Amino acid sequence: MALHVEDLRVYYRTLAGDVKALDGVSFDVADGEIMGLAGESGCGKSTLGKSLIRLDGRMRYVGGHVLLDGEELPIWDDAAMNAFRFRRISIVPQYAMSALNPIRKIGRMIHELLRSRGVSSNGIQKEIDRRLELVGLDRSVLDLYPIELSGGMKQRVVIVISTLLDPSLLIADEITSALDVSTQKAVAQTLVEFRDRRFVKSMIVITHDIAVLYQVADTILVMYAGKLAEKAPADEIVANPRHPYTRLLVSSLPEVGVRYAEKQLVGIPGRPPSLLEPPSGCRFRDRCPLATARCTQEPPWVEQDGRGIACWEASAAPAAALPVAVESG
Amino acid sequence: MSAVPTAPLASPSDPSEVEIPAPARPMSGFRETLHFALRNRKLVFGLAMTSALLLIALIGPFIAQHGPLAYGTDLALRPTTHGGYWFGTTLQGQDVFAQFVNGLRLAFIVGAIGGGIAAVVAMAVGFTAGYRGGVVDEVLNMITNVVLVIPTFALLLVIAAYLQVRGVLPEAVFIGLTSWPWAARALRAQTFSLVSRDFVDMARLSGRSSRKIIVKEIAPNMSSYLFMMFILLFGSAILIAATLDFIGLGPSNTISLGQMMQLSVQNAALQLHLWWWFLPPGLAIMALVGSLYVMNVGLDEVFNPKLRDM
Amino acid sequence: MLRYFARKLFVYGLTFIVAVTVDWAIPHLMPGNPVLALMSRIQAQDPQVSQTMYHHYMRAFNLDLPLWKQYGYFWVSLAHGDLGTSIVQFPTPVSSIILHAAPYTLALLLPAILLSWYAGNKVGALAARRKVLDNSALPLSYALTATPYMWLAILLSWTLAVTWRVFPVGFAYDPTAIRTLSWTFVGNLAYHWFLPFLSLFLVAFGGWAIGMRNMIIYELESDYAHYLGALGAPQRLVRKYAFRNAVLPQVTGLALALGAILSGALVTEIVFSYPGLGFQIYNAITNQDYFVIQGIFLFIIIGVLVANFIIDIVYLIVDPRTRIGMEGGRS
Repeated sequence: MALHVEDLRVYYRTLAGDVKALDGVSFDVADGEIMGLAGESGCGKSTLGKSLIRLDGRMRYVGGHVLLDGEELPIWDDAAMNAFRFRRISIVPQYAMSALNPIRKIGRMIHELLRSRGVSSNGIQKEIDRRLELVGLDRSVLDLYPIELSGGMKQRVVIVISTLLDPSLLIADEITSALDVSTQKAVAQTLVEFRDRRFVKSMIVITHDIAVLYQVADTILVMYAGKLAEKAPADEIVANPRHPYTRLLVSSLPEVGVRYAEKQLVGIPGRPPSLLEPPSGCRFRDRCPLATARCTQEPPWVEQDGRGIACWEASAAPAAALPVAVESG
Repeated sequence: MSAVPTAPLASPSDPSEVEIPAPARPMSGFRETLHFALRNRKLVFGLAMTSALLLIALIGPFIAQHGPLAYGTDLALRPTTHGGYWFGTTLQGQDVFAQFVNGLRLAFIVGAIGGGIAAVVAMAVGFTAGYRGGVVDEVLNMITNVVLVIPTFALLLVIAAYLQVRGVLPEAVFIGLTSWPWAARALRAQTFSLVSRDFVDMARLSGRSSRKIIVKEIAPNMSSYLFMMFILLFGSAILIAATLDFIGLGPSNTISLGQMMQLSVQNAALQLHLWWWFLPPGLAIMALVGSLYVMNVGLDEVFNPKLRDM
Repeated sequence: MLRYFARKLFVYGLTFIVAVTVDWAIPHLMPGNPVLALMSRIQAQDPQVSQTMYHHYMRAFNLDLPLWKQYGYFWVSLAHGDLGTSIVQFPTPVSSIILHAAPYTLALLLPAILLSWYAGNKVGALAARRKVLDNSALPLSYALTATPYMWLAILLSWTLAVTWRVFPVGFAYDPTAIRTLSWTFVGNLAYHWFLPFLSLFLVAFGGWAIGMRNMIIYELESDYAHYLGALGAPQRLVRKYAFRNAVLPQVTGLALALGAILSGALVTEIVFSYPGLGFQIYNAITNQDYFVIQGIFLFIIIGVLVANFIIDIVYLIVDPRTRIGMEGGRS
């Protein structure tokens, strides 16, 4: 398989202690699979995405293994990771719209980047043109400065750049968050197309917007408070969520056609726990309508038939009705 | 030099072009800030040095044995305990120590008044331009640019030379009225970024007057930034005043640090090796302004979590 | 782009008018009859000098004419390059004094500004990435930038010139030297030029180094730097981009710093008796030679405006965003 992550732990150092942003996460991404990573802010999905390619200043690798195409990724070693970056694993970052050097023409920047990574730009020029065309950009874009492009155009340029060397794994971190809905759709389609054309073998698409994932992902992985909550094929997780958190998440989605004068849009009451001193046991139990005494013990991750879940209740009685604990009005 | 005519900011040079790492959020706890403040070496050092100099400036004139202008009989005396001439005497027999502490006191006064006036004007111009925008902004911008471009030193030269006014207060006022442009620009940029934030809209909706909004909502958010700005203006006022004094436009009937240097050079103190006459004044300015700058860097680190070393 | 320059020229034009007006107005702000007040201060011994000066003043102030006409005449004489006559160095015209003094000041200013800017930026950039250099260069830079220009000049003069006699104490060249365009003479000029130049250079250097160091640190935290790092680009590429970006505000900083370095040059000349504008101004102030002060002020204004304009052009060249911004972006 393309990516194998085993018990990955990455903490943030702060003056108050370690924030356990990613606290023991294991999953696989198969060759050719687009996996969506969803969850609310602070659940650890961005940390996961970033840690796979480059730990930033405050992140601290604590434990676990990551294997890409069978080879261990030395994510704790910044210098050693360089061999993998861009070539084997790449990222379209959250800040893609400001990721281009503002005082360099785009074409020149690409060439300088490629040259610095030991890639001769001559052979690859045609490929750059071809891919730009694929995303709907004329190659004249290469002679422009970033300031001359719109946000969406810059986004697409960054997607082309990041995938130029055909990496095995692409991490797409919140790339649709700053876009309007129609552009979101276009970008989502681009991602799928790039995978279909084998420019990228597998992808991890990180977002808080499950609706986007539904269009793009094959599998969806839901995270909560630094740990995995549920994993399932995209259509199944939306149609038939099992983990209480996922269920609440999905039911809080607006439905097309439903008028919210009659039925109030319900959020999930409460807030995620502090990751500085996370509670013992299941981290969702304070907000979970199905919580029982057993939940003071951390539920194991159980995987079966392509679906995974970490919940005592859901594993035991998958179809238990959620008590309508939240009132409208 | 980087940011300002005589003072660097611990941040990008031209504030109106690049965004300054300003306090991203209001201080979320006085205690937390105090905790970091006390542990920041630069802040502590800067504050200690400045306070020490302030102490000398306050107490010095009282313990000096002679008046700063009083002529004595011991000419060009080396520093000694005899007669209380701890810093020696000038070529005219004046007590260098008395002149020194007197000049130090004047430096603080000029810095406070000059820096204060500049800060007030910068705030008035910067806040109004940033908040109101439109025509008001254009006009204020034009004024700021004109005052910015004029080499104010040359201007002060002409004004002071002709008007023959030689006093610390007029000098401080002149300096204050001419050194505000860079600060106004920076504040304008900051105000722009704050004005688009929600809480300002809320205040607007609730019908408060612009002036009130500026004073109650915007300024407190920038209080740390304003304070740092004042420190820079304070320091630069001292430097400008020293230069003006040196060139002969200093206050009459008293002796400032700049004037001490001027007189020593005029009286060939260098050739006569009267080092106790020309070294202390410049050293004091360097120490004072330097400690202010260092304090500023420390403050920036305290107020800006991003800059703190882990 | 035309609009950009039109705006700038408008501001500079306005500034020039304001400056000239202030220059003209100040003597009129003196209480009483300005001419008599000036005359009483001159205390010229030679009656012929007094007479000429009186007539000159009367002409200059045109006190019998309405104010606006006086103002107009001021501009006219300015256009003719007539800045009046020096009292102390009578009958030398002010413009002649300026013409002789300006080259010396420029000889100090230009190399000092350019070299300190260049060196300061380089060292600042280096300090941003080497902790060792940062810990030594930074405090030194703060000390330098907090030093008053004249004090460093005094220090250098006293130690290197007076005490250790490595350099001459003052003046532009040996009074006994033969003023020809020979290598010896040029060498002599350089020898006398060095200390004042060094003094200016050091103080200015401190400010640039600090500014650049902070800018580089800021740029290294930018999104494009992070993106390059995520794609495995080597540090030298990131640093190269960071440097180019960080230099831009330093260019605009030049315009802001001009005033300070200028005043620094003036006082440095005084310490070294270097016969530039500063030296002339100092004498003029001491001797109340008003026309010289006024004339030098105007000269400085023009110089600063020209310098600002040049910097604006340079900035337009180095920052593509300003150029593009004018022409309008394409979306």
